[in-house]
Amino acid sequence: MNSTSPALAATTAEAVVVAEDLVKRYGGRNVVDRVSLNVRRGECFGLLGPNGAGKTTTLRMLLGLTTPDAGRLEVLGLPIPERAREARRRVGIVPQFDNLDPDFTVEENLLTYASYFGMSGNEARSRIAGLIEFAALQGRENAPIATLSGGMKRRLTLARALINQPELVVLDEPTTGLDPQARHHIWQRLRRLIEQGSTLILTTHYMEEAERLCDRLAIIDQGRVIACDSPRAMIGAEVEPHVIEIQGAEAREWSARLGSASGVRQRSAGDSTLLYTADPKPLLEALGETRLRYLHRPADMEDVFLKLTGHDLRD
Amino acid sequence: MTTRTATLLPRPSLRFLPVWRRNLRVWRKILIPSVLGNFGEPLLYLLAFGYGFGRLVGQVGELPYMVFLASGIVCSSAMFTASFEALYSAYTRMEEQKTWHAMLGAPLDIDDVVLGEVAWAATKAMMSAVAILLIATGLGLVADWRALLVLPVVGLAAFSFAACAMIVTALSRSYDFFMYYFTLGITPMLLMSGVFFPLDQLPPLVSLLAHLLPLAHTVEIVRPLMTGGEVTGLALHLGVILAYGVVGYAVASALLRRRLLR
Repeated sequence: MNSTSPALAATTAEAVVVAEDLVKRYGGRNVVDRVSLNVRRGECFGLLGPNGAGKTTTLRMLLGLTTPDAGRLEVLGLPIPERAREARRRVGIVPQFDNLDPDFTVEENLLTYASYFGMSGNEARSRIAGLIEFAALQGRENAPIATLSGGMKRRLTLARALINQPELVVLDEPTTGLDPQARHHIWQRLRRLIEQGSTLILTTHYMEEAERLCDRLAIIDQGRVIACDSPRAMIGAEVEPHVIEIQGAEAREWSARLGSASGVRQRSAGDSTLLYTADPKPLLEALGETRLRYLHRPADMEDVFLKLTGHDLRD
Repeated sequence: MTTRTATLLPRPSLRFLPVWRRNLRVWRKILIPSVLGNFGEPLLYLLAFGYGFGRLVGQVGELPYMVFLASGIVCSSAMFTASFEALYSAYTRMEEQKTWHAMLGAPLDIDDVVLGEVAWAATKAMMSAVAILLIATGLGLVADWRALLVLPVVGLAAFSFAACAMIVTALSRSYDFFMYYFTLGITPMLLMSGVFFPLDQLPPLVSLLAHLLPLAHTVEIVRPLMTGGEVTGLALHLGVILAYGVVGYAVASALLRRRLLR
């Protein structure tokens, strides 16, 4: 994609979500503070931020489940919240907390959810086999929800979100609370959706998840979008490529003696001292002469986040 | 905002049907205990009160007490069934199971969910009415075929009771709150609406008060239909019942929109 004007026009036409200066206030506080987003068809777009940053509220506004106090919002070309119900007909939702129907089995859950979209039983049944397979729940069609593991529930929720063949899938913290293996299962499926050309919007406070899945990310902190780009571009633009982490008081003293002349940027995060540099060689050599333990790694989104917000993602 | 009135008034649509059907589907799973409950409880009431009290009371006006009571029980049971469903069950689906949240993520609105729930509560109440009518018929307490006309009346009344209960659900922060509604609303209404004894036994002021509430009007239609009497003032009775239903639905929808779409 380049920036000649026809291409630009095409990009705008293909915008799945256009948000301009969205504001949401609760109790006099701007929980979402002039957020602007532009999500393109076919991309996986992430909202990355700590808990309470306003990610979920932003999603709820996109779905018409919360009315913005100010700003303009369009999803799939429809004004929100005015025509939110029509938009939801073409959107799939994976909520942060599972709301599968505990009164039903796996299959009944899909059937019932399909009925909320006005789908007939036959229409739904024709889709269900594929969805069960997608969720790897074959043989569990008649299992009550209570007998499923957390990972299975999540996969079923994801499958449920696809019942209406949505153009856009919105996922609120899709892997929060899952063990690493279950998380990988979800990631696999999300990648499959991305390969098939679905548009995804997901919120997360796992930078690993954001980096792995998202084409573009908006970093949100205290209700504001403070940066928006591809993970690689953001890392390249914001932080030095090499990071050396050292821990403890001794490490702090050692790094204090380095001074600022060495071309090394320093930052403390909790107990750790982070050393950022374009050329790690001299640092590693110097560290080799000490008894300090260190970790040398490439810069990631966590570093971008720390630099831009001044605090940790987990804060 | 120009949409102010639009967001205050509910916009009912047929989209309520999948919500209603969802509840029916769950009910079918527990069919046997549900049906037993429908038959069992009113049967016990009728027998215990009817034989127990009936022996003491004898006649109410021209009716044997059992006959008098049966029509009252149809109404009170509809009220309780509808209220319980729209309070405890609806609240569970809203807060505990998050069933409504799932519905609202699909292309359904609050108005659809509320209408579906209220219609379902009314349906359940009608099923209990059918059960009692069958029992009453079996015991020879029903005058003629006009008793069948009771069903639509009970359906409408149950809709109104459910809609009013839904307002309470919308305001509730826990199950405990429902006790206020029962103690201050449902129980006094039950006792002064002519279910167990005729209204004219009570001071005129109480009778007037009772007629501001829907249960007395329901009894006054249902009783003559079941006992072969003449229904008088039908339009007024239906009007009051309907008003509770329409206003209840509108208020409950507005409150729940405020509660869930904040």
